[in-house]
Amino acid sequence: MKYLEAIGKYFIMIWEVFKKPTKWRIMKTLILKEIDELIFGAMGIIIFISFFIGGVVTIQTALNLTNPLLPKSLIGFAARQSVILEFAPTFTSIIMAGKVGSYITSSIGTMRVTEQIDALEVMGINSLNYLVFPKIIATMMYPFAVAISMFVGILGGWVAAVFGGFAPSGDFIQGLQMDFDSYHVTYAFIKSVVFAFVIATVPSYHGFYMTGGALEVGKASTTSFVWTSVVIIIANYVLTQLLLG
Amino acid sequence: MIQVENIHKSFGDNHVLKGISTEFEKGKTNLIIGQSGSGKTVFIKCLLGLFEPDEGNIYYDGNCYSELSIKERRNLRQEMGMVFQGSALFDSMTVEGNVMFPLDMFTNQSQSEKQDRVDFVLKRVNLVDAHKRFPAEISGGMQKRVAIARAIVMNPKYLFCDEPNSGLDPKTAMLIDNLIQEITQEYDITTVINTHDMNSVMEIGEKIIFLKNGLKEWEGTNKEIFKTDNEAVTNFVYSSELFKKVRQMYIEERN
Ligand SMILES: Nc1ncnc2c1ncn2[C@@H]1O[C@H](COP(=O)(O)OP(=O)(O)OP(=O)(O)O)[C@@H](O)[C@H]1O
Ligand SMILES: [Mg+2]
Repeated sequence: MKYLEAIGKYFIMIWEVFKKPTKWRIMKTLILKEIDELIFGAMGIIIFISFFIGGVVTIQTALNLTNPLLPKSLIGFAARQSVILEFAPTFTSIIMAGKVGSYITSSIGTMRVTEQIDALEVMGINSLNYLVFPKIIATMMYPFAVAISMFVGILGGWVAAVFGGFAPSGDFIQGLQMDFDSYHVTYAFIKSVVFAFVIATVPSYHGFYMTGGALEVGKASTTSFVWTSVVIIIANYVLTQLLLG
Repeated sequence: MIQVENIHKSFGDNHVLKGISTEFEKGKTNLIIGQSGSGKTVFIKCLLGLFEPDEGNIYYDGNCYSELSIKERRNLRQEMGMVFQGSALFDSMTVEGNVMFPLDMFTNQSQSEKQDRVDFVLKRVNLVDAHKRFPAEISGGMQKRVAIARAIVMNPKYLFCDEPNSGLDPKTAMLIDNLIQEITQEYDITTVINTHDMNSVMEIGEKIIFLKNGLKEWEGTNKEIFKTDNEAVTNFVYSSELFKKVRQMYIEERN
């Protein structure tokens, strides 16, 4: 019952976000600021993690392909598939839920407890639009981050394969090009747009409707991370079934 | 002028306001006093339209809030200024940014016009050297003054202050009080102030409303509060020994 109520409140919030927009001149700068904070600010960690995950996936695949009859190019193929389908969109989204999500919850939550949100409302500003809309738009740039994550992940795989002595560069690259289906990339981008929306809105919800003081802001960030991850994992399952099944 | 007619407000079983009627005049500092938890903040938030009363009406210069359209309400909001209990400055913006914010949002003035206005109001609240600093970098008293500057930058017709001098030393508190009173008179604003502070009551209580158990227990001026026989009021106002003595001396002098 409590959850149903929360879900209803969440969708009402989304509806409010798109009502009574803030002046474009102001919104524009807010969006740019959020892109800087939410996308560029997270690029470092995304690149770092993608590179090593790509490498680890490659090493593990290589170690499991012990049969000499199997071509070495399979290593590149497996690295490409797992990075594009799963690691780049889903794994980085969970990382983003931690980094970006807790930032969103704590910044909005702090504004709530210090009455800054009331101050916006008193001025006659739609605070949900002012605070959440720019975050939603900014996170729509997220597929670009995922594209970079894909590239870096595969690069990490190549480095691991070639310098680890698991496969020669030629074979690995041949594997990368084997049976390439561009729909898989589309699928990954569709997923990442949905995840981006979740990452922008679920933490906003937790920040916006929190009550209490500074201690509760911390708690809300943790709860928000748990729920964002849960929603991402479920959405991942549903989308995979719908798009690939 | 704001007229309040029999407003009620509950949160679940907690009946906070149980039918309050009163009037706040223009150009005067109207004070709301009462114990912690007596519903002062809830009352002021009803006046601001942040809470919708369960019952009763509020009239702003004759316009009944509940009969206004959404657009009219929005316009009314822009005629209100609010100083929150904790200042509620936007901590991502500088002092100047905070004060300029309503101008950015609601006017089409040029940058230099806005800058002039911001400089003017910051000077009005005696802050001249803090323009580029962030709220976290200035003192509590300065934050309060920035909050006042932000509240008056749009030339409001109604000004609401929730405990504007709580947490300040007596001297700064007095400065803030006097500032609010001067501004109220200068621009003929209808000002409503929540306070615990007895100095404020004595200094600027042109009209005082005492809330108790969700009802208006007493109303009058700071001259009258000195003489009243209402026990609840005297117990509240003269809760400190100092004030009891002062009152005693006053009564003796009179006899
Ligand atoms: N948003 C809310 N939801 C539920 N109850 C509330 C809410 N706001 C206030 N209350 C309740 O209303 C009552 C009055 O609170 P209010 O904040 O108005 O007191 P106050 O007179 O301003 O006290 P203080 O002087 O300490 O600021 C309290 O019992 C409080 O629990
Ligand atoms: Mg209060």
